[in-house]
Amino acid sequence: MMLALLCAIYAATVSLSVARSDRLKWVDSARNAAIAVWPLLTFACFCMTYLLINERFEIEYVARVSSHAMPWYLKATALWGGQAGSLLFWAWLMSTYTALVMLRNWHNERDMQPFVIASTMTTLAFFIGLNVFVENPFTKLWIDQSGHIQASFLAPPGAKPFVPNDGQGLNPLLRHPGMIIHPPMLYLGFVGFVVPYSFAIAALAIGRTDNLWIRVTRRWTLIAWLFLSLGLLLGSRWAYDVLGWGGYWGWDPVEIAAFMPWLTGTAFLHSVMIQEKLGMFKRWNMILIILTYALVIFGTFLTRSGVLSSVHAFALSAIGPLFFVFIGITFTISLTLLFKGWNRLDSENILTSWLSREGLFLLNNLLFMGILLACFWGVIYPIISELVTGQKVTVGPPFYERTTGPQFAALLLLMGIAPLTAWRVTTARRLGKIIWKPTVFSLIFPVYALTTGTTNAVALLSLWLAAFVLCVTLYEFYRGASARRKATGGNLLSSLWNMIARNRRRYGGYVIHLGVIFMAVGIIGIEMFQAETQGTLAYGEQINIENYVMIYNKIEEFDTEDNRRVTRAIVSVYKDDKFVAELYPRRDFYVDSQQPMTIPGLYSTLEGDFYVLLVDWKPIGTESATFKIYLNPLMNWLWFGGFIFILGTLVAAWPNRGPSLYRQSTSLSVNPPDIVL
Amino acid sequence: MFRLLASTGITSLLIFYCFGEVSAQDAQPSDDEVNTIAKQLYCPVCENVPLDVCGTKACAQWRDDISDKLADGWNEEQIKQYFSDRYGIRVLAHPPTQGFNMLFWLLPPVSIIIAWFLVLRTNHNIFRKKHMYKQSIAKQVRAEEYIGQLENDLEQWR
Repeated sequence: MMLALLCAIYAATVSLSVARSDRLKWVDSARNAAIAVWPLLTFACFCMTYLLINERFEIEYVARVSSHAMPWYLKATALWGGQAGSLLFWAWLMSTYTALVMLRNWHNERDMQPFVIASTMTTLAFFIGLNVFVENPFTKLWIDQSGHIQASFLAPPGAKPFVPNDGQGLNPLLRHPGMIIHPPMLYLGFVGFVVPYSFAIAALAIGRTDNLWIRVTRRWTLIAWLFLSLGLLLGSRWAYDVLGWGGYWGWDPVEIAAFMPWLTGTAFLHSVMIQEKLGMFKRWNMILIILTYALVIFGTFLTRSGVLSSVHAFALSAIGPLFFVFIGITFTISLTLLFKGWNRLDSENILTSWLSREGLFLLNNLLFMGILLACFWGVIYPIISELVTGQKVTVGPPFYERTTGPQFAALLLLMGIAPLTAWRVTTARRLGKIIWKPTVFSLIFPVYALTTGTTNAVALLSLWLAAFVLCVTLYEFYRGASARRKATGGNLLSSLWNMIARNRRRYGGYVIHLGVIFMAVGIIGIEMFQAETQGTLAYGEQINIENYVMIYNKIEEFDTEDNRRVTRAIVSVYKDDKFVAELYPRRDFYVDSQQPMTIPGLYSTLEGDFYVLLVDWKPIGTESATFKIYLNPLMNWLWFGGFIFILGTLVAAWPNRGPSLYRQSTSLSVNPPDIVL
Repeated sequence: MFRLLASTGITSLLIFYCFGEVSAQDAQPSDDEVNTIAKQLYCPVCENVPLDVCGTKACAQWRDDISDKLADGWNEEQIKQYFSDRYGIRVLAHPPTQGFNMLFWLLPPVSIIIAWFLVLRTNHNIFRKKHMYKQSIAKQVRAEEYIGQLENDLEQWR
């Protein structure tokens, strides 16, 4: 890690010092040093994993996050189960990204290279520095003559190595398949945004005003966004399966910390299209990517500093102030560079109509910023309140739902209209001509909901919005495929396939929209139609919730090999008087950490989830237990939508075949006008 | 007479006992009634976990307190006020709309309105720019010509 730190510092320093000269050999040397960080950190991660799997409890980190009872795969994944290990993992992932970036062909961006190296390596050096000096995962345990145990890298005077008999083990909440994959996905998303940020900073530093940095980093941004989305989705699923509160998103500060860079990243992905097409919003795109990077570091700070309490947060740590200083310095440098280049980043075009693709994208960006503002304010207000008034406050879901709900609805509406508008200007008549068919068709859904007894106006409006966007998106696929079939012949399906293959970016985006619609349906279901009840039952007694009946059969207790004491209830679930499932809601008590975990029993269909929790029980023999039941309508649509969403992102990020030929032919042709349809 | 009085008395006592028992049972709130209030409260220890789903013993005790207070005839607001007075406003799901906390409620909508105003103000003149519209239609036509030419180029390359 020390060598990796030295390499990162060397790469950053050398690349900066030769940035404005043509001493390319030094730039290459800095590049090689940047690449060398990756094998060094890979070796550090390998060593840590080896120590974890082999139960080397003399290492403090191993003793804290591992134990004899844990299976080998959990021991290995404990690498990111604690503060020090996850920082190392964070740094390793980032070194992987930077090594891949450094290995690419820099022929066309040679002038940007030193600044990209400096930017990425400064961030990486900061994280490795934290690992080396503040949160070192290789710190050993020592015992002095008075029996006092302490942790340090080198032996304190008169102390001997101390090896505990067993470790404390991983936090039970993290012993879940979702937790094995959720943090790596989230980290990959977080660190991935460092790449477009570094290119943006490089473009600012050398005064480039073209779209090169956007073209180069488009795929990197999409990949980072894909992983961040995947991380958020897996986190939601984990919360649904493990946290035992019947929901998927609790507006917890750390959840929001991961959501905020996603919001700015999404706004950025939309906004860069305008810069590429029309040369507009250059400054705004710089602001968005700087903000995304700052929010990535801010989110990491919130999770790791201990300033906020959360099921996701690490314990109070000394790294908080260092993070704060780093955020301050990088943000100041970024803004200074931006303001220095402000005049150069003038738009090549002006907005001619709100009823244009770019006009609606601007509104879309405003909405994303509005949601970001609400989230940011909700997260930092408890800190501000405590600082100013000395009073702690809680900002729970009601605030976020009230402030972000209408803005999400407006975003859905824009998602339906924007794909039908043209660049520069669309007349209301032209838009009306395209939009009326999907609008009329979409009305069927809320009307059907109304006839089946839904009277909640907000729910009906939300359903209509989702249906509207669905109809518009499907109609767009149909229009495109029909036009292609007319032009090239063949059947509609092959035309659709070829159309998507030829314009993956556009239709990948539409597939993402489809995913968002399905997710919105799931969210509407659980947020507006969720039902819940709680009751204490004796053996054979039943509890009713809407058209479901649950009968409590029995309860059993047993110990498992991984040191859990499991109390498991067996219940039968009937829907409309028909038996549908036998469920096993349980409470796992982890003996080593003295921590309970509530695992729901789940009967899941496309119509909705029957979700039952074992809340409390009397000792075996008295035969009564308390259950909490949730009916979560349409819940599976959220996960299905998430799958479609990821699929769409993959389609959009997938490289096109033979791009070089296309680029060559267009470059030989006439000068393009400033509109490309 | 004594028998009549005794039997009447015993019957009355039995009836009173039974009805008393029934009315006491009726007054005992259900878990759902307790949870309706509990989900709006947060205990100071388990931050960001609503009281209705928190598994700790302290939170179970709070739920019992809510149940007792409901049985005593307290309403939702009184119970929330009781917990707020006793443990501070952090037990509420969001800050109250008074004092310094007014800032919490006012800042987001005001900022959003200002941001929208500024963006609309910056671009207010777009509706007057009819010539831009015509120009852009002309450019659109040029773009179509360009695409046609590009297609021809591509055909030649094939």
